[in-house]
Amino acid sequence: MSNAQIEIQLIASLVAIACAIPGTFLVLRKMALITDAISHSILPGIVIGFFITHDLSSPLLIVMAAASGVLTVVLVEFIQKTGLVKEDTAIGLVFPALFSIGIILIAQNANDVHLDIDAVLLGELAFAPFDRLMIQGTDLGPKSLWIIGVILVITLGLLIAFFKELKISTFDAGLASALGLSPVVVHYGLMTVSSITTVGAFDAVGAILVIALMIAPAATAYLLTNNLKKMLLLAVLFGVCSAIAGYWLAHGLDTSISGSMTSVLGLVFLLVYLFAPNRGFFSVLYRQKQQRIEVSLLTFLLHLGNHHEEEERHVKHLNEHINWQKVRSKSVLDLALKNNMITIEKDIVSLTDKGKKFTTEAIDYIVTNKNSEIENMKDRFFLFRG
Amino acid sequence: MEDKIAVQIDDLTVAYNYKPVLWDIDLAIPEGVLMAIVGPNGAGKSTLIKSILDIINPIAGSIQIYGKPYKKQRSLVAYVPQKGSVDWDFPTTALDVVTMGTYGSLGWIKRPGQKEKKAALEALEKVGMLAFKNRQISQLSGGQQQRIFLARALVQNAAIYFMDEPFQGVDATTEKAIINILKELRKAGKTVIVVHHDLQTVPEYFDWVTFLNVKKIATGPVKDIFNDDNLTKTYGINYKVAVNQ
Repeated sequence: MSNAQIEIQLIASLVAIACAIPGTFLVLRKMALITDAISHSILPGIVIGFFITHDLSSPLLIVMAAASGVLTVVLVEFIQKTGLVKEDTAIGLVFPALFSIGIILIAQNANDVHLDIDAVLLGELAFAPFDRLMIQGTDLGPKSLWIIGVILVITLGLLIAFFKELKISTFDAGLASALGLSPVVVHYGLMTVSSITTVGAFDAVGAILVIALMIAPAATAYLLTNNLKKMLLLAVLFGVCSAIAGYWLAHGLDTSISGSMTSVLGLVFLLVYLFAPNRGFFSVLYRQKQQRIEVSLLTFLLHLGNHHEEEERHVKHLNEHINWQKVRSKSVLDLALKNNMITIEKDIVSLTDKGKKFTTEAIDYIVTNKNSEIENMKDRFFLFRG
Repeated sequence: MEDKIAVQIDDLTVAYNYKPVLWDIDLAIPEGVLMAIVGPNGAGKSTLIKSILDIINPIAGSIQIYGKPYKKQRSLVAYVPQKGSVDWDFPTTALDVVTMGTYGSLGWIKRPGQKEKKAALEALEKVGMLAFKNRQISQLSGGQQQRIFLARALVQNAAIYFMDEPFQGVDATTEKAIINILKELRKAGKTVIVVHHDLQTVPEYFDWVTFLNVKKIATGPVKDIFNDDNLTKTYGINYKVAVNQ
């Protein structure tokens, strides 16, 4: 790896971490859409900052962009509070307005300067190593590495200091307010950090694709854990891995780095969505199938328990007269046999002692409305699950 | 009675978008009562509690907790919001939610330590939920979630407890368990104020009641003022009819 390659991956990783942290809280607050709005509406802030300084990496740009990001949130909340439109509509009204102001400003005044809309929207990580931070002739590395590094340090500091406040105001803003931990301050703090991070991600993925780095890792982590700290760590991990994998994908295909990074983020989410242990698509599907078989098994055993006459307990009869739904009667019989619940003699099915005990207990729970206890019962009685 | 006044409300008016939700409320809640706030939907019951707790800004009036504004008396007050007001899919455990009750006394930045964890565990035990301390909150039943909320308030060790519909969506066993804890709180000299919907149980559960419907209709001991007259004034229809429906 060349120096430039290492620098690019380092920048991408820092951006991913800086995005995943506010992103986690935005996802939990159901505010994913507001990052979309912020990512667009910081444009006028950047443009005005650029007109003042004529330097794309000036800190003033970040300040102005953060201000217009917070302005977006204020305007959205103001429109929403009129009660005339809902939040999504308010967001849809505010950010195109601010974004278009930014575009008009660029088109009118910046035709002859190096500030094109593509650079703002898509970013170009490949060029980041060429823009160096030089102090008294010493090369201190790429400027964007320093910018995102500083933003990340601030974000981490705020996260560690205010973790408790972020958690309670996200989970229960009413209680936070009653306890004197102003959720409004936390809210605007988070919005400011999100806006600043969005500008910081400018070089790496551009202002638009930063949405992916904020939302996708957090959404992926959400599927895998029930613990906020672990969710933050996983989001950071997914973000960094996708960023680096995305870089090498772009390298191999000779294509856009930010596009590849975003595609990898989407792919990782898809894989986790499909294969996550508890909430994943296949795991849910498997559980539903298991439950169908086990419910059928229970119905089957109850039927056997209720009927002593042989014709009601004939294998053929069971095939015909019990509504098995999508479950094959054979798999139910097999499961009952494997668990020693029944015996079959000359096609006549009988409950074993264990089967009887299981059925009696299950009926008890059903008539006393304690259906949830049946799950625990299965753990006690079943050697094999459906 | 020469009782101390726990909560004193004078001329309170609250409006959403210029539409009054509470209109000129005067209310004095004596120390040590177990009080129900009853009234129809949209009567402003939750709004009243939220105004007292400074979650909503009233447009007029004053609220005092033991003679001082709420901001100076936060440590004396615990709050149980409506169960539906939070996202139960939030990635956290029962113990963690109860620990949140200690955040007020910790103030900004300081983190909960062993002392706070111990208090949270004790509160969980009081509501019979110790076995579920590490359970993710979405894996709890509605009644268990309500117990967690109650434990979170207990951990604050306050003098006044506000609860917004604590019996909503809980089964009879949990309702009994909760009301027993509330009665214990009152015995310990605490003031407990509950937004309540089930008029049938008011005489059994509470000793004090406030009828509310945008305006205050009546307030006082249940045995003196819980009658058809006040119920009719509050609900606008004949109370007996309302109960039979």
